[in-house]
Amino acid sequence: MSEMSVTLDIRLKRANKVYHEGEVLAGVILLVCKEAMQHHGISLSMEGLVNLQLSSKSVGVFEAFYNSVKPIQLISSNIEVAKAGKIPGGKTEIPFEFPLNTKGNKVLYETYHGVFVNIQYTLRCDMKRSLLAKDLSRNCEFIVHCQPQKAKVVPTPVKFTITPDTLQNTRERSLLPKFLVRGHLDATNCVISQPLTGEVVVENSDVPIKSIELQLVRVETCGCAEGYARDATEIQNIQIAEGDVCHGLPIPIYMVFPRLFTCPTLETTNFKVEFEVNVVLVLHDDHLITENFPLKLCRI
Amino acid sequence: MAAVQWRSRGRNYEAELQRCRPEAALVEFGDYHPLKSIMVTDTKTRRGARKGSTSSSSSSSSSAPLDPLSSMLDGTDPLSMFAAASATETPAMSHSKEKEEEVVGPDFESWSLKRGEILARFTTTEKLSIVSRRDKLFCYSKLKDPGSSAVSEKVRTRLEELDDLEEGSQRELLNLSQQDYANRIEELNQSLKEAWASDQKVKALKIVIQCSKLLSDTSVIQFYPSKFVLITDILDTFGRLVYDRIWTMCSDPRPLPDSFTVDDVNDTAKETCLNWFFKIASIRELLPRLYVEAAILKCNCFLNKCGIQETLPRLTAMIRGIGDPLVAAYTRAYLCRVGMEVAPHLKDSLNRNFFDLLGSFRQISSESVQNQLVLQRVEVPEYLTLYSPAISWILQCIAYRAPEDYINCAEIWVEFTCRHFSKREVNTVLADIIKHMTPDRAFEDAYPQLQSVIRKILTYFHDFSVLFSMERFLPFLDMFQKDSVRVEVCRSIMEVFIKHQVEPTRDPVILNAMLHICKTMHDSVNALTVEDEKRSLALLIIGFIRMVCFGRDFEQQLSFCVEARATFCNLESVMVQLIHTVNQLAMETSRVMRGSHSRKTAAFVRACAAYSFITIPSLSSIFSRLSLYLLSGQVALANQCLSQADAFLKAAVSLLPEVPRSISVEGKLRASESFLLDFINNFLATLLVVPDHPEHGVLYLVRGLLNMIQDYTWEDNSDAKVRVYVSALPLLAAMSQETYLYSIPKVDSNETLYGGDPKFLLEINKLSETLIGQVLDHLKGLGRDEATRRQGALAFSLFGVLLAHGDLRNNKLSQLAVNLWNLSHKHGYCETRVSVSSQPISQKIRKPDMFSLTFTK
Repeated sequence: MSEMSVTLDIRLKRANKVYHEGEVLAGVILLVCKEAMQHHGISLSMEGLVNLQLSSKSVGVFEAFYNSVKPIQLISSNIEVAKAGKIPGGKTEIPFEFPLNTKGNKVLYETYHGVFVNIQYTLRCDMKRSLLAKDLSRNCEFIVHCQPQKAKVVPTPVKFTITPDTLQNTRERSLLPKFLVRGHLDATNCVISQPLTGEVVVENSDVPIKSIELQLVRVETCGCAEGYARDATEIQNIQIAEGDVCHGLPIPIYMVFPRLFTCPTLETTNFKVEFEVNVVLVLHDDHLITENFPLKLCRI
Repeated sequence: MAAVQWRSRGRNYEAELQRCRPEAALVEFGDYHPLKSIMVTDTKTRRGARKGSTSSSSSSSSSAPLDPLSSMLDGTDPLSMFAAASATETPAMSHSKEKEEEVVGPDFESWSLKRGEILARFTTTEKLSIVSRRDKLFCYSKLKDPGSSAVSEKVRTRLEELDDLEEGSQRELLNLSQQDYANRIEELNQSLKEAWASDQKVKALKIVIQCSKLLSDTSVIQFYPSKFVLITDILDTFGRLVYDRIWTMCSDPRPLPDSFTVDDVNDTAKETCLNWFFKIASIRELLPRLYVEAAILKCNCFLNKCGIQETLPRLTAMIRGIGDPLVAAYTRAYLCRVGMEVAPHLKDSLNRNFFDLLGSFRQISSESVQNQLVLQRVEVPEYLTLYSPAISWILQCIAYRAPEDYINCAEIWVEFTCRHFSKREVNTVLADIIKHMTPDRAFEDAYPQLQSVIRKILTYFHDFSVLFSMERFLPFLDMFQKDSVRVEVCRSIMEVFIKHQVEPTRDPVILNAMLHICKTMHDSVNALTVEDEKRSLALLIIGFIRMVCFGRDFEQQLSFCVEARATFCNLESVMVQLIHTVNQLAMETSRVMRGSHSRKTAAFVRACAAYSFITIPSLSSIFSRLSLYLLSGQVALANQCLSQADAFLKAAVSLLPEVPRSISVEGKLRASESFLLDFINNFLATLLVVPDHPEHGVLYLVRGLLNMIQDYTWEDNSDAKVRVYVSALPLLAAMSQETYLYSIPKVDSNETLYGGDPKFLLEINKLSETLIGQVLDHLKGLGRDEATRRQGALAFSLFGVLLAHGDLRNNKLSQLAVNLWNLSHKHGYCETRVSVSSQPISQKIRKPDMFSLTFTK
């Protein structure tokens, strides 16, 4: 029961927990216990890792180096917060400051939670205790945003027209019902903190439209000189039209880039993270028509 | 089974925490799920521990660094505790608070009133169902691909359990009665509150999403408006809960002021709020995403000064993606509702919603809608009524405190209604306009629009019985209180009436309304009204009078004329028309009776004569009076009303001395002489058939007329008097015939009365001679005055009369004729063309009697 009477917590000053390289992570370590207690030292460590995994479909091909895909360390440091001693009963706050600096020429990539690529930063607090009491530890993820891009982003609208004739990968073009869908994306070089926008107009369609969706896709590439695995998976699928929409009326394309699951387009020697969006038309007879647009995400 | 496991785990929190702690980190690497941290931390024991701790009020979460939403889950916030303690009181509290913050005034018809109306009106006896498909709700909850670690397997299992728990409470429910359905929705409302109170914020969100999804289901379509009401209740609850929660987060150290700004909101609250928006932005389906974001629209004010202003147009545009027009219309109504609650000044989005609604109205005739109606056996008219609450709400929002906007909108709307609907709907629109424009005399600033409304109605409604059977049409006209506008409106109605009313009418609805309109026009006439205006108003009123016909009901027609005379007494030409109408009525009676009046019809035609007789003196134009006396006299004669005819003609004769020497014709003073001569000639022609009055002497009227002419003050140097004498000669000649040139059926003229009595003939001859004597005297006088041209002309006209009407076998008369001929040619002024054509005639005079007269020239 005495163990249950102590809790350990890390509180960062910033509510959104977002930091940039060169800034200082400030916060407190919060200890709450009913009675005074002994400890053998409290330490705080910071770590930034890129975890790479190969998809099961790629494993067969790259079995040879499956195990060789090791996490890439971006940052790692450790500080002592308190020497061994006694903590009084009640609430104790121990403030800390931890500079977010890299060593050498390493770059802090932006936090990203993907399927085959994960970039994550954590703070970990450890409290060593006597043999009788278990050591306590606490993890806390913080978020790194990369430095704003210096070059200006000039949005270039991309127009599109979808008809049976514009489709590739279809053997049954003649069997397709007639339709004409026009539209545009306001830009494919997107600022990650701003939504993807545009318009789509169903000019006409022989078969009623069932749905129009925006599918946000991540394309993750893991590999090295010997070979690589490239996988595209869906991040989210947002419906922008449901049912037999009014012909000739522009329907807005609007999608917020989800936090954590997207990051500025990233290309390194070991891995790549890229994004694409598919405009997907579902016709009432369940024909699925997809128009693909590679995106370039950046942060300003 | 899965649910049981979940519960048991929840009870043993500490052990679980210990077990999971080292694993949690691994989970976050490979298999992040936004709900994960929530499940791990959500326990009551933990809250108990917190409660016991010192007064740290920070609410940021320890184990969920990524998702500030989860910070709501540790239960330290007073709102949740309060809500948990008294879940039933929560709505009331929130409501009163909402009232304080209300931006719209009490003059805005509240949703709560509307809500009840809709529920009462849209009911069904069909069986309803609540079907929740087990789709994923959020996009990125799918993210669970590489299951390499045992830990992530565990997490995944828990996720599914959670889904089971939530969806277990909303599985398919079929065959619900309407009441069952409402109860079920209310249960969901309760579970939403309970979930919230027990800090299961994401479960609460899931309930709201599932409910919103029910709105895309249009089976049992008659019930849809009520379903909308029930489900938006839940959305309202949710919106309040979220707002209040974030508001409370900012209340440390002191509550937010009512008019707080973004700067007053702390970072934690902002982050929580932002997180809600991110969460909602990832809702997969369009309709729930729209509804839920609309439900928390007000929360934008925690984040961004112009957040609401930017969000409303975006959501408005997004509704275009909803294919089903009914679903879209109600989504718009909801968006307008929350928009009004939060920012009633943002009219643009309200308008946009309305125009988009109109723009996509054609969807109603789309195949998918039509198929649906066939399938559900719902007729189009019934289907259309389902739109009315949504459209009326949207319009109410647009019209709020904006009479000008309102009327501009109504002005357009009325045309749409006129074009596509019946008088019933137009009447409704009129009633609504009256309702909106009457307070504070708002109509005073909207005359052009109101006039345009009338114009549009008149463009589409030409059938005046339909038009005037709209109850609100005349009350609508009453809004035109400025005289000039009022008259203009009446005038425009009259113009359409005259143009399009082809058949005469006796429809009392039309007659009453038109009398009202015409009276309005008539009453606008005053001393300052210009002649032109009077004339044009009178023409319109006459146009109306001419279209009134009671068929065979002559008495009714006469009494209409009596009423009209009283109503339009200031417009002389209308009086004239009324007299004509009554005369026509008498003639029509005669026609129907084939000239033989019964006692009743005889009395009736006398009544007509009486009408004219008392109406004529009220006219100011003397020539109108004269000609109407003459005309009415002729009509009276034709109807065998001898004494009436006599009275008319006598009145005309006695009026003659009053004829001024000059009269105003079209604004210019002109000599009246030629008009008077025309009238007298006409009058003389009538006198042929007027029998002498038994109590007065022979040729009483002719003598009377000639006396008046003799005494009349003619122009100086005028031959008019003598010309009348010349004109009277043919009458006298005609009177001495055995059989008159013309007669009136059933009226005995003098020919019959006297039967060629020599005394009568003698009287005629004496009179004729007197006249000729007068003319000859005048001719002499002209010779003295050196007025030879006039002398010639007058001599020639007397020559013509002698030639045509005189018995030239009489030597004296033929001699006179010859002399007159010579006289007329003496000075060479006689028109050659006329005289040449009469030359052979004068030769004829001479030949049979062998007169050796020399015709010089």
